Amino acid sequence: MTEALSRRRFLQAAMLGIGGVAAAAVGTPIVAYLLSPFFRSPSDVWRDVGAIDSIQVGETTEISFEDPSPLAWAGQTAQASAWLRRTSDSEFVAFAVNCQHLGCPVSWLSDASLFMCPCHGGVYYADGTVAAGPPPRALRQYEVRTRAGRVELLTHGLELAPS
Amino acid sequence: MIVSSLWRWIDHRLGVSSHVVPVLEHRVPRDVNWWYVLGSATLTAFALQVVTGVALAFTYVPSPDSAHASLQFISSEATLGHIVRGIHYWGASAMVVLIAAHAVRVFLMGAFKFPRELNWLTGVGLLVLTLGMAFTGQVLRWDQDAYWSTVVMAAQTARVPVIGDLLSQLVLAGKTVGGTTLTRFYATHVFLMPALIFGLFGVHLFLVLRHGISEPPRSGHPVEPDRYEAEYEAEMQRSGVPFWPTAAWRDVVAAAAVVAVVVGLAAAVGPRVLGAPADPTNLQADPRPDWYFLWLFAILALLPANLEDWVIVGLPTVGILVLVLLPIVAPRGERSPARRPWAVASIGVVGLAIGALIWEGQQAPWSPVLPPPQLAASTLAGLDGQAAQGAHAFEAHACSACHTIDGVGGHRGPDLSDIGARLTTAEMASRILNGAGNMPAFADSLTPEEVNALLAFLETRGGSASPSGGGG
Repeated sequence: MTEALSRRRFLQAAMLGIGGVAAAAVGTPIVAYLLSPFFRSPSDVWRDVGAIDSIQVGETTEISFEDPSPLAWAGQTAQASAWLRRTSDSEFVAFAVNCQHLGCPVSWLSDASLFMCPCHGGVYYADGTVAAGPPPRALRQYEVRTRAGRVELLTHGLELAPS
Repeated sequence: MIVSSLWRWIDHRLGVSSHVVPVLEHRVPRDVNWWYVLGSATLTAFALQVVTGVALAFTYVPSPDSAHASLQFISSEATLGHIVRGIHYWGASAMVVLIAAHAVRVFLMGAFKFPRELNWLTGVGLLVLTLGMAFTGQVLRWDQDAYWSTVVMAAQTARVPVIGDLLSQLVLAGKTVGGTTLTRFYATHVFLMPALIFGLFGVHLFLVLRHGISEPPRSGHPVEPDRYEAEYEAEMQRSGVPFWPTAAWRDVVAAAAVVAVVVGLAAAVGPRVLGAPADPTNLQADPRPDWYFLWLFAILALLPANLEDWVIVGLPTVGILVLVLLPIVAPRGERSPARRPWAVASIGVVGLAIGALIWEGQQAPWSPVLPPPQLAASTLAGLDGQAAQGAHAFEAHACSACHTIDGVGGHRGPDLSDIGARLTTAEMASRILNGAGNMPAFADSLTPEEVNALLAFLETRGGSASPSGGGG
């Protein structure tokens, strides 16, 4: 009787073990594949966003550029945009378009010198600091440089969390 | 003759008479009523979603460069495609409404109590999955609302402590919305969540059969786990009626009504109009979720900033926890809503809150009106000199994005139609230059002349001095 029981137990354990190994063999690649965004994080790249003289000193304008990891079928979503301001002959600042509250796109209202968000009423001053509404911090900025008469911007991801 | 012997052959192999008919004819309480149709009505809506979803998948292209165009083709060119999409759109609303109503009915009638705790818990899973389907479905439209909803979703996920950043990357399939984002939502919407719904629904239905349909609650007849099952069984033997067809006719009528309403709305109103295609470089967006998430949209706008992280993470956690713990904490006792005032009150409070928040979300008074509207002609009439310049400055500096005058403008800030009667010139000047509360400071962006002109204009508003007689 005890022998029969231990035989039964052995079979149960063996079947569970075989099933577990099989599930792991199939599951490991699937889980790793689904988590692949963690493993192939694109590095930030400099993108040309236009000629220096395409924008007047003091002007703030929307620029668009290709995001750091465009895929062939991404279409328009491979693009990203930013608010670029020329602060002097050779200096630029670029603000992310994403409201730091929850990521909606802020608009620049030049006469009011404010960035306004259409979602939950976030408002930012011209320097990107919070003027009103729920945003917990200032607008993100991009690194900008000028080379050979062109303006270049260092791309980055959405950066929605506090740094 | 040959037909009946063929049927006998099939019936013996399939076991229809021996296994299926007894299940269909299982006894249910004699006094089940119209409140009991909400579960099968939800199932009907789900069935509509499955058949129209499969049909849509014949044409929809889940690729970011084609999804919007393929939906436009479905909506305007494919034969009766707008009806199919319309059924899927209204069916989603029907399913959300019906599963919520079903959950409320079960809660108010105490049908989650012993021995039906797992009926409730599988139902909670189905409720969460239904909301998940609603969200992932609206993203598949891949219009501007969909694009920015995805970003907002990722931003909320990023608020989770410690692992927030990783979770938001999992939502977007990367650090930006890109080539692999839409397919993530697509696979979740058409494979993963439906598979889970089918599985959980199977368990839910099995449990309904195993424990029987709960009898309508009677005051003074509390659930006693020691006795309940024996009493229920005895009562079914004594007075129960067969589910099919004595009780089921109401379910059939309700199912037909769901189909009629959803198909009727699809034909008469059609699907939600597609917005402009998803485009990260098109910042002229006014993102709004579908109505079933407007309450969340409203909460996120109205919350004090220091509570936000707690609510974004805590509200869904606590909500699900309450639903999960409910049958474990209260498996016994009174079922009748007449004896459970707190249960009735909590539904009233939650229902009112969600209703009011959806209403607020629809109005969105906190959103500036972009681009800022021009003042009404009647507002400008009769203004001259400095006041006219001030009205021009009011428009130019986007004041109307947040302030209404004579019914034109946003509602983010106070209505200024009669501001001249409410504030002194010095008070207005202080608010304009230094800001106040949610009013930005304009000292750096207005010239002294513009400030004086604005003040001259605002002084004309309200009181007996108003040339246009006020308007507020």
